[in-house]
Amino acid sequence: MGRATDRASGPATTLEPSSGHESRPGASWPAAARRARLHVVTGKGGTGKTTVAAALALALARDGRRVLLIEVEERQGIAQLFDLPPLPYAERRIALAPGGGEVRALAIDVEAALLEYFAMFYNLGFAGRTLKRMGAVEFATTLAPGLRDVLLTGKIKETVTRTGPDGRRVYDAVVVDAPPTGRVVTFLNVTVAMADLARRGPIRNQADGVIALLHSPDTCVHLVTLLEDMPVTETIEAIAELRAAELPVGAIVVNRVTPDHLPDALLAKAAAGTVDRASLGRGLRTLGITPDRALLAGLAAEVRGHALRVRDERSCRADLSATGVAMLDLPGMPDGVQLGEAYELADLLADQEVGG
Amino acid sequence: MTPAGPARSQVRAPARDQAAAPAAKPALDIAALLTDPATRIVVTCGSGGVGKTTTAAAMAVLAADAGRTVAVLTIDPARRLAQSMGLTELDNTPRRVQVDPELNPESDTAGELWAMMLDTRRTFDEMVAAHSTPERAEQILANPFYQTISSSFSGTQEYMAMEKLGQLSATGRYDLIVVDTPPSRSALDFLDAPQRLSAFLDGRMIRLLATPGRGVMKLVGAGFTLFAKAVTAVIGGQMLADAARFVQLFEDMFGGFRERAEATYRLLRDAGSSFVVVATCEADALREASYFADRLLTERMPLAGLVLNRTHPPLVDLPLATAEAALDEWGATPAGSSPPGGPAASPSPSPSASNAVALAGAALRIHADRLAIRAQELRMRTRFDRAHPEIPVVEVPARPTDVHDIPGLRAVGAALTGDTTP
Repeated sequence: MGRATDRASGPATTLEPSSGHESRPGASWPAAARRARLHVVTGKGGTGKTTVAAALALALARDGRRVLLIEVEERQGIAQLFDLPPLPYAERRIALAPGGGEVRALAIDVEAALLEYFAMFYNLGFAGRTLKRMGAVEFATTLAPGLRDVLLTGKIKETVTRTGPDGRRVYDAVVVDAPPTGRVVTFLNVTVAMADLARRGPIRNQADGVIALLHSPDTCVHLVTLLEDMPVTETIEAIAELRAAELPVGAIVVNRVTPDHLPDALLAKAAAGTVDRASLGRGLRTLGITPDRALLAGLAAEVRGHALRVRDERSCRADLSATGVAMLDLPGMPDGVQLGEAYELADLLADQEVGG
Repeated sequence: MTPAGPARSQVRAPARDQAAAPAAKPALDIAALLTDPATRIVVTCGSGGVGKTTTAAAMAVLAADAGRTVAVLTIDPARRLAQSMGLTELDNTPRRVQVDPELNPESDTAGELWAMMLDTRRTFDEMVAAHSTPERAEQILANPFYQTISSSFSGTQEYMAMEKLGQLSATGRYDLIVVDTPPSRSALDFLDAPQRLSAFLDGRMIRLLATPGRGVMKLVGAGFTLFAKAVTAVIGGQMLADAARFVQLFEDMFGGFRERAEATYRLLRDAGSSFVVVATCEADALREASYFADRLLTERMPLAGLVLNRTHPPLVDLPLATAEAALDEWGATPAGSSPPGGPAASPSPSPSASNAVALAGAALRIHADRLAIRAQELRMRTRFDRAHPEIPVVEVPARPTDVHDIPGLRAVGAALTGDTTP
């Protein structure tokens, strides 16, 4: 969105007048997200969900806090992002945050989680491993598709509520790199998943606690999107589904926003197909470049492409803001995202008051 | 698609960009692949969000324009793209798409474009009906466990896409079938799903769980009885009973199902089939593309090549250093240092001169951004090319607007066959 418009419609949650933040919209980390301890990050495939989850964990870990970053899809996306060997089913420190904080990571292995549950109630012993080899666990989760999600959310709940010997919470915040938007409501809607399961039994009892946590103010679901038709449509649909299921929606993280380089008057013209080449040529000469015809044509084509892109992004943004959900912006990272870029994105989130 | 048609694929990548790309590697010749009468099936695959569906649709339009009778089997297309092809609902039978109502539809050389969206559940139901008696089919369709399997087993969509492909191919009505693969967690699911579903449906485990105390369970002994008890405690006895009943009903059909899955698998290995892997220039998408390419080669599946989608070749040969020097010059002027939304606060020579500088400055920033993105794309592409020197690649430049009509698909098709790769 244009700067002028941003200033005019700045979100009400801005705590101080924006100063030196010309390149970003005002801070918009909502109050609900500020008090949540469980941050569920979803998004359509390809929108940068894992990257944003990692950046969010790093931002929340500032000022000496301890944050757990959880992966549930057995993709090892966190290990790849942080350039680590595959993560085991154990909580490991993977990064330090400014101010003495730390991020730990956990890749939940559904089979291990199921056997862990069974072990609490039945002494399967050696047979557990044999059954695993036979694919029995995959079989059980296939027979009752909801079982998988109940196990994953059960493990998440355990980490959120775990206390240390001093009686305090082990983690200040837990960030989940959740399934994509198309599946996230099914994933979180444990009540429905329970329909697959027996009326009594160990996992059933445990699930009631999960349902309470996920519907409480301790939880926030954030949606990562790009300013393109499909991810925006999916985001809006997912918000409606989340609200219908009474799951708390946090913020929309708009990823890879195209930086706005054209003044508004030129943008409208360029998007309509008009780039004044004579004017462009004069400007280039003033800046020390002597253009030929091919240079003018090529630059004009790049300007038109940029203008169309920015125009479409603005219209996508307008569709998103109609949901009333707070929006945060992150730029594209032309050099790809590795650990350094994840810290940079975390800084940008912190600038938008994430962590508070 | 706008009439402006910016950043057309026809714009050749400038020499500088070509020089940076690896040389001596064959480009993927999509036009030759699609117009070759020997090509009967093309499967697009790749991770989610890379533009598989659009690529599949663009290839179908391209082949139809070249005079072939083409069916495109899509899975979950963007709504506007689906509408542009007249697909308003899942109807499971190909519908004729009027590709060019104004341009001589009755011409002898014109091909035909047919399109359909996969209805997984219906395909499964039809398959059950085709392989059993009406009473038995009715019992199966009513079984709660069947309802779970046919709608939410993770491999069902992939399996049914293959089944539908087999059916369409068997009609013999199409010169070419283009298949879009489901948005799997991993591109590899597509190859493994029929196998996994078959293994699952052969029912050994269900029988073990439903009737513990007999047969193979002796292998694992008491541990299994405990496990069965645990599973029953978690998912309930009714579910197991439904599953066991389903397996019983399904038993006779099972051979037929497996045979069909195997026939489709053979069809995919046939010389008339080709896989086109689609990826964007991002680490995750290219990693998936690499895995998939390796897997196809291992299975001796016919891999045509990689479509590197949504790249940003510069449209003008202006080096970054020159652009940056000029931007420094601009930064020294008051207009350059003010945000582009507002006019320069300080007095300027004339509005038109300051507008000209503002436009030139913006153009140079846009160009510099594009070069930075391009540099990373070339790094990613070089990495892929080194690991897979034998895989032909074609780049499709990013379009500034989403594609949702036939002309847009034609423009993508032009880029697919275009001159943008060295």
